[in-house]
Amino acid sequence: MPSQRTLIGLAGVAVIVLATAAYLLWPRSEWNQDEIATLRGLWIGSLPALAPDPSNKVADDERAVALGQQLFFDTRLSVNGKVACASCHLPEQDFQDGKPLGQGVGTTARRTMPIAGTAYSPWLFWDGRKDSLWAQALGPLESPVEHGGSRTQYAHLIDHSYRAEYEALFGSLPNLLDSTRFPAAAGPVSDPVTRAAWDQMTPEDREAVTRIYANIGKAIAAYERKITPGPSRFDQYVEALLKGDTPTMRTAVAPDEVAGLRLFVGKAGCINCHNGPLFTNNDFHNTGVPAAPGLPGDTGRAKGVQQVLADEFNCLSKFSDAAPEDCGELRFAKSDDHALERQFKPPSLRNVAERAPYMHVGQFATLREVLEHYNRAPAAPAGHSELKPLNLSEQELGQLEAFLRSLSGPLNTPPELLAPPAPSVACLGCHPGTANQLVPADPSQP
Amino acid sequence: MSTIITAGEVKATQTQPKRRTLRWIAGVAGGIVLVFAAWFGFMLYRMNYVPSDLDLSTTRLSNAGVYRVSYAPRRGSIVINQIHAWTIHVATADGQPVTDAAITVDGDMPQHGHGLPTRPQVTKHLGNGDYLVEGMKFQMGGWWVVDFTIDATGKHDTVRFNMILK
Repeated sequence: MPSQRTLIGLAGVAVIVLATAAYLLWPRSEWNQDEIATLRGLWIGSLPALAPDPSNKVADDERAVALGQQLFFDTRLSVNGKVACASCHLPEQDFQDGKPLGQGVGTTARRTMPIAGTAYSPWLFWDGRKDSLWAQALGPLESPVEHGGSRTQYAHLIDHSYRAEYEALFGSLPNLLDSTRFPAAAGPVSDPVTRAAWDQMTPEDREAVTRIYANIGKAIAAYERKITPGPSRFDQYVEALLKGDTPTMRTAVAPDEVAGLRLFVGKAGCINCHNGPLFTNNDFHNTGVPAAPGLPGDTGRAKGVQQVLADEFNCLSKFSDAAPEDCGELRFAKSDDHALERQFKPPSLRNVAERAPYMHVGQFATLREVLEHYNRAPAAPAGHSELKPLNLSEQELGQLEAFLRSLSGPLNTPPELLAPPAPSVACLGCHPGTANQLVPADPSQP
Repeated sequence: MSTIITAGEVKATQTQPKRRTLRWIAGVAGGIVLVFAAWFGFMLYRMNYVPSDLDLSTTRLSNAGVYRVSYAPRRGSIVINQIHAWTIHVATADGQPVTDAAITVDGDMPQHGHGLPTRPQVTKHLGNGDYLVEGMKFQMGGWWVVDFTIDATGKHDTVRFNMILK
C-alpha cells in the first residue's frame, strides 16, 4: 500500500497535468495568426476592385449603367407587359423574391437568386449555364415562364423607347420598320408561332436582332455590376481585430456569434466552400440537398456545363467582346466528371438571414433547417454528397445561426440605383407599380 | 486485562478513513487525466491534419527518376478561386531541358477527394524545356497535390507536387 505521501504526490501530479491540459485546451476568444489570416480573407476589406469584363465592352460605362437600370425595371420587356427583372429581383429584398420558385408569366423550376456580388462570379445561375452577367440576363427574357418575350419584340422596344441611349453606346440601330423582315414577335423560343416567325427571317436579319439583344444584356450587366455588398457587423469585428481594437470587437458582435464564427472556419468546415470576402467560392458542390417533389430531376452542373459550352452568348461567341485568351474559365471548364451530378453553386452568404427560403428550389424554410441538414449530412438524391456528419450540439447550431445573422448589412450601392429610375416620357407606366400614373412632361426632353 | 490502546493502534485506526479518502481522490484524479488524454488523442485523430513530412518543394525528381520537374505560378503566388497559369520546366535527371514532352495535368485534395475544379492543359511549348499550363484553379485552401504525367523520347513518368494553400 503506497504511503500517504506517495498518494499526495500522485494527486499533486494529476492536478498539475489537469491544469496544464485545461490551460492548453480550454476554448479562448483570441485568435492565432493562422486564424487571423483566415478572417482577413473573409473580411469585406479583402474584396478586390471589380475587374473589367473583357466580354462586355460597356461593362464600366456609366451610360450603360443608366440604360441598364431603365431596362431592369421596365415591364415592357415581357410578353404581357407586366414582368421586369425587378419583378423577381426586388431591390428591397436583396434583389430576390423570398419564394421557393420564381413567378414570372409562369412558374420557374428553381429559386430566384440574389444579385449582389455576382459580377465577381465566373458562372451564373445555380448550375453555371451562363458565363457572364450579360449572357445571364438574356436567359429569363426569352424563357416561356419568366418574361415570355422574344428578341425582335425587345429590339422594337429599344427602337421606340431607347434609341438615343442605345446608339450612344452601341452605334446606329438597323432600320427595323419592315415588319415582314422584323416581325413584332420572333425568336428562338419555345412558342411555335414565335419560333416559326424567327425561322423565316434571313440569317443576316437574325444576327442583327441578336446583336441588339446581346447589347440589352450588356447594359443590364453594367447596372448589375454596381450591386455589391457593404460591411456587416462581422466585418466591423474583423476590422477591429486587425487593428487590435478590443472594445469595438466586443461591441460589434456577441459572444455566441464569435463562437459561431469559430465553428464556421473550424470544425463545421463551412469555409471549404463559403470562402473569400463574398462567402462563396463560386464553384459547384453536391451537398445532398433533397429533391423537391413534383419537379423534374435536376442534375445541376452536369447539365449546366454542357449548356454553357454550347451557349450562343458565351465568352467565345461572336457576340462576346473577349479574345479567346480571356476565356480561360470556359476553355478549361470541367465537363466530364461524374462528380458534377447534382452539383450547385453556393450563393454568397452575405445577407443570407434576409433570404429565406434556402437552396435551389427553396427546400429549407429557415437557416436552422439548413444547419441541421449539414449536421446530419444525408445521402444525396443523385450523385455524391460532399458532406460528412458534423455532430454539432444544439448550442453549436444556435451559435452558427447567430454568426450567419451577423453577415447582414446594407448594399454598397448608391441609393438611386436601388429604385426604379424616375419615369421618363419614354416609359409612361412601364415600371412595376407605376401603371396608370400620370407623368408630367420632362422639360429637358426636346 | 489491559484495554490500553497503543499510540500505534490509535494512529492506525485514525488514519484508515483518511487513507481511503486519499486513495479515492488519487483514483478519481488519475481517471480524469486518463479520460482527458484519451479525448485529446481522439480530437487530434479527428482533426484534419496533414502529414508532417510532406515535401513541399517546387522542384522534384519524377517517380521513376526520369525527369527533373519544377513549377511556378506565372502571377507569382497562388490566389484561391482565381484561374491562373503556371510555367513548368521539364529536364532530364541530369538537367538537360526536354523540349518535346506531352504532358497532362491533374490535381486533388487528398483529404477531400473532389479533384481540381477545372481541367488544366499544357497549351504552349515555350522552348528550353518550359511549358505553359493554363486553367489552374483551386477553390479552397488546404493540402493540394498536383500531378504531371510526362511522355518524351519514349519515356513515361509521373511527378507529384504538394502544396498547402491559404
